[in-house]
Amino acid sequence: MVLQENLNFRMVGTRVPRHDAAAKAKGEQMYSDDRDMPGMLYGKVLRSAYPAAILKGVDTSKAKALPGVHAVLTAKDVPVNQDISKFGQMRDVGGGFEGLYKVLADGKIRAKSEAIALVAAETEEIAEEACRLIEVDYDVQPGVFDPRIAILGTKGMPDNGYGWSAVDCINKPESKDVYLVSSEDDSNVIMRTKVENGDLEAAWKQCDVIVENDYYTSPHDHAYLETEGGIGWMDDDGVITLRVGTQVLEHYRTIAKVLGLPHTKVRNIGVLVGGGFGGKEDITVETYIALLVQATRRPVKMVWSREESLECHSKRHPEYLHYKTGATKDGKIIAQDVSIVMDGGCYTYCTPWVQMYSTINGPGCYAIPNVRCQSISTFTNNTFSSANRGFGVPQTNFCYERQMDELAAKLGMSPYEIRKKNVMKNGDPQHTGFVTQGHVALDELVDTVWQKLNATPKPEYLPDGRKVGRGIACGMMSYGRLCFLHDSSRVALRIELDGSITLRAGVPDIGGGQGSVLAQICAEEFGLPISDVHPFVMDTHLTPLCGTTTATRQLYMSGNACLEAVKPLKAALARKAAEIIKAEYWPPRSEPGYEWEPDVENILGQLEFHDRKIYYAPDPQKAVDFKTVVAHVSNEQGELFNEGQFNAPAIEVPDLSNIKGQILPDMTYTAHGVEVAVDEETGEYEVLRVIAAIDCGKAINRNSCEGQVEGGAIYNLGWLREDLCWRDGVTKANKFSTYLIPTSADVPDVETVLIESRGGVGPYGAKGVGEPADNSITPATVNAINDAIGVSFHTTTIRPEDILFALKKK
Amino acid sequence: MTNRIPLTLKINGEEKTFLAAPEINLLRLLRDNYYWDVKCGCEEGECGTCTVLLDGVAVKSCLTLAHNCAGHEIWTNKGLGYNDEITAKLQAAFVECGSIQCGFCTPGMIVAAKHYLQQGGKADRQAIRKAISGNLCRCTGYKKIIDAIYKVAAELEGGGR
Repeated sequence: MVLQENLNFRMVGTRVPRHDAAAKAKGEQMYSDDRDMPGMLYGKVLRSAYPAAILKGVDTSKAKALPGVHAVLTAKDVPVNQDISKFGQMRDVGGGFEGLYKVLADGKIRAKSEAIALVAAETEEIAEEACRLIEVDYDVQPGVFDPRIAILGTKGMPDNGYGWSAVDCINKPESKDVYLVSSEDDSNVIMRTKVENGDLEAAWKQCDVIVENDYYTSPHDHAYLETEGGIGWMDDDGVITLRVGTQVLEHYRTIAKVLGLPHTKVRNIGVLVGGGFGGKEDITVETYIALLVQATRRPVKMVWSREESLECHSKRHPEYLHYKTGATKDGKIIAQDVSIVMDGGCYTYCTPWVQMYSTINGPGCYAIPNVRCQSISTFTNNTFSSANRGFGVPQTNFCYERQMDELAAKLGMSPYEIRKKNVMKNGDPQHTGFVTQGHVALDELVDTVWQKLNATPKPEYLPDGRKVGRGIACGMMSYGRLCFLHDSSRVALRIELDGSITLRAGVPDIGGGQGSVLAQICAEEFGLPISDVHPFVMDTHLTPLCGTTTATRQLYMSGNACLEAVKPLKAALARKAAEIIKAEYWPPRSEPGYEWEPDVENILGQLEFHDRKIYYAPDPQKAVDFKTVVAHVSNEQGELFNEGQFNAPAIEVPDLSNIKGQILPDMTYTAHGVEVAVDEETGEYEVLRVIAAIDCGKAINRNSCEGQVEGGAIYNLGWLREDLCWRDGVTKANKFSTYLIPTSADVPDVETVLIESRGGVGPYGAKGVGEPADNSITPATVNAINDAIGVSFHTTTIRPEDILFALKKK
Repeated sequence: MTNRIPLTLKINGEEKTFLAAPEINLLRLLRDNYYWDVKCGCEEGECGTCTVLLDGVAVKSCLTLAHNCAGHEIWTNKGLGYNDEITAKLQAAFVECGSIQCGFCTPGMIVAAKHYLQQGGKADRQAIRKAISGNLCRCTGYKKIIDAIYKVAAELEGGGR
C-alpha cells in the first residue's frame, strides 16, 4: 500500500462546476440528435421479425423502387460483413476473448433485434415505409432462450420449478441435442473459466454450517435518456466522418474495416453522451450510418426510437448461479464454491470479459482460504448481453452478500459481525493470489454504514402498519481494464501565449465529468482557475486517443496521463520562474545591502503555482505572473506543448483453466445500508433510507464523485423493480411506460459517505467510482426485505407480487 | 404524405408561423425548427425530457398536438433562461449543486421545476420530489437535482417574492 504525500490542494477536492455544466443547464448543449446537414438523408434499420430463423432471402426491389429511397443495403452489400469484435484495445488478445461481429444478418438469424437491412431515404417516414416494403423469407426455428438449456438441452432436466442448476451446467457434458444459435459454431458455449484456491473437499469437513442456494439475476437495461444516434457525412477528401454518441471512439478502426477503408479514412467525432452506463460501449449506429454514407455519398442521420433502443442494445448478463458457503461456528468462512452460467445472448460482444469479472469476483470481498469459482457462458436467441455498469460484478455481489446474511442467521450472528470477521484487509490476496497495491477499506466502510444505519433503534412496524427491515452489504470492484489488454491513455496540453491552456483528449464524456476532471487536474497543477483550461475532447483525427470510457478507467488512466503531460511543461515554467524571481528580488552581489542569495535550484524547490502566479513559497511576496513566465519560455524555447502517456500494468493473457495473478489494476470498495418498509397486505415495499459508502481514494471533484455514488445506488436499486419481460426472445417491456426506472418519487435521498484513504492508483491516490458505486446496493436492499418479513429471496427481480406469494408460502 | 397546414404560435416570446402536418406533435414541430433544447427521450410522455411551458403550464410536448397550440404561448428552457429570473436562478443552481451529469434530462427538469416554483412551490423536499416525478433522470439519483430546486425555492421564500 502506498499512500501519496499530502498536498495543499486548491482545485482538487472542491465542488467546482464542470466546464460543460452551464451549456447543459441553458439548453445549449448539442447531443447526438441535435444536428442536421444540408442534403441529409434518414437511416433506418429493418430488424428480424423472429428471434430464431434461417434467412432464406431478402427482396429489396419494392423498397428500392419507392420514390425518395436512396439506398437499401443487405449483408451482401457490406464490404466486410464479418469481423472479430474489438473493444477499443490495440492488442490482439485472441483465444476465447474476441468473438464474431456481424453487421447485417446472413445465415442464421440469432435474435429478434438482429439487423437485416439498412435504408436511407429523404424523410424518416419514407425510410420506415421502405423497411415495410422489404420482403424477407424466413425459415422460422425453435430457438433457445435459457442458457442452461442451450448447454444441456431439456432431456433429464429437473422438474423443480428452477430447472438445471449452475452446477449441472458446469459438470455435465454438453448435450448434442440442443438448438444451435449460430450457423458458424458447433456448440453454443462461448467460454469456460475458473478460479481455484486451497482444498475445498478438506475444508467442507471442517465447516460447522453450510449455506447452499441457487440464484437467478435478471437482465438489466441501461435506460439512458438519450437513445442511440448520430449523423455521418463524407468529407471532400473522402473521409467518412461520424458525429455520434459513443463510449468508444476507437471503434473507428472496426468501422473502417467494415467499409473496406484504411483506418485513416474514418473519423469519429464524439458528442457529449446523454448517458452510457455500458450500453454505448459496443457499436450501435456507427457502422449503419457509415455504410449508408458510403453508399449514398450524402449525410445520413440515424436515431433509434426508445423501443428500438430497449430491444436492440446490450443488456446486463442474466446469470444462473449456485453458491455453497461454509463457516466454522465462530463465524469464520473457510470454504466457498461458486458456479455461474451466463446468458451471452445472440453474439459474443463483451461476454468473455464480463465473465472474467464475474469469475474473479465470484467468491466476493472476503478472505476465504478455500474457494472455487467456475463459470460457463453461452449463446441464446436473446438480445445480446454485454457491458452494463458493474460488468458482471453486480450479479455475484448480490449472491455472495445474500449468502452472508443466511450464514449469519444460521450462526446466530448479526450481519455486521459476520462481515467484520471475514472482509478482506490490507495485505490479503485477491482470489487470484494477487495482493493489490491500493488500500482495502472494507473494515471502515462496514463500521460506518452499520453505525449510521442503526443510529436509532429499529421500530418493528411503522405507525401505518408497515413492517420495517434493515440490511447491509459490501462489495468490491476494479477500476481500469483487464491488465492483459495493455491499456494506455494520452492527453495533450498546449499552453497558449496568454497563459490559458488547451487540453486535447479523446475522452468520451458520458456524463461522469470525464473531460472536465482532466481540466481540473491541469488547473490544479498550474494554479489556474478551471475556466483557464479549455478541454477539446473526442475527435479521432484531432485528439490523442484516451481509450474507452468504460471499466471505470478514465480518471485513473487519463488523469494519470494528464499528470504526465503536465510534468515537463511545469518543470520548464518553474525553472524560468525561478530565474525571473531571483533576478527580480535578489539584487546582484555588488549592490549595497546584499546579504544572502539563494541559487536557482534552491528557489526551484520551493515554488508554488496558484492564483495565476508562481510564488516563492517561503516569501509569497516574491512572485511572478504565470503568463509572464509562459511568454518568456515561449519566446526563448518555442511552443509549450506536450503529450503525456500513461500505461497501466501489463500482463500476458492468463491461463483460463485457473486464473492467477494481477488481472486488474486495483479495487474500489463499497458498503451500502438500506432501510425498507414492507406492506404485508399488498407486497409493496418502499426504500426509506439508503446509506452509500465508498473509499474513493481522493475525490477530485466532490460533486462528481458524490453524483456517481448517489446515481449508482439508485441505478441498481432500480434493478429490483425493472423487468424487461423477456418472453422467448421478445422484449415485452420495450417502452418507458412498461420498463419502469425509478422516479424521484420512488427513492429517498442517498446518504453518501466518502472515505478518502488516498490509497488508490489514480491521480493523487484516487480510485475509480463509477461502476463500483452501484454494486452492493442490490443485496443490501434484499437483505433489508429479508430482515423485515423473514423471506430470503434468491432473485434480483422482486415485485410486490413476489413478496405476496412468498409470504403466502411462508 | 399529408398536406401541411399553416400554424402560428408564440415560441420563446416570438410569434412564428410554420407549415405543419396536422398529426405532428409539438415536440417534433419544435425540434424540426431547431428548438433543440427540447429533447426526445421516449415520445410517449414517460420521460419528461420534452417538457415545455404551454401558457405557463408544464406539458410534455410529445403528447401535445402542435395544431392545438395555435395562438398559444410556448416557452422552452433555453428561451426562459434569458427571459425569466426564476429559470435563470434554477439554471445557475443546477450548475452549482452538481445536479447535471449527462444533462439530457436537464432542460425538461428545469422547466418542470420552474412550473413548480411559479405556482408558489415551497422549499419542501417531498413536494419537490412529487413535482418532478414526471421527469426521469438515470444519472443522478435525483438528490442533487432536488438540492438545486430547494435552494432556489428557499431563496425565493427568503426574498418574500
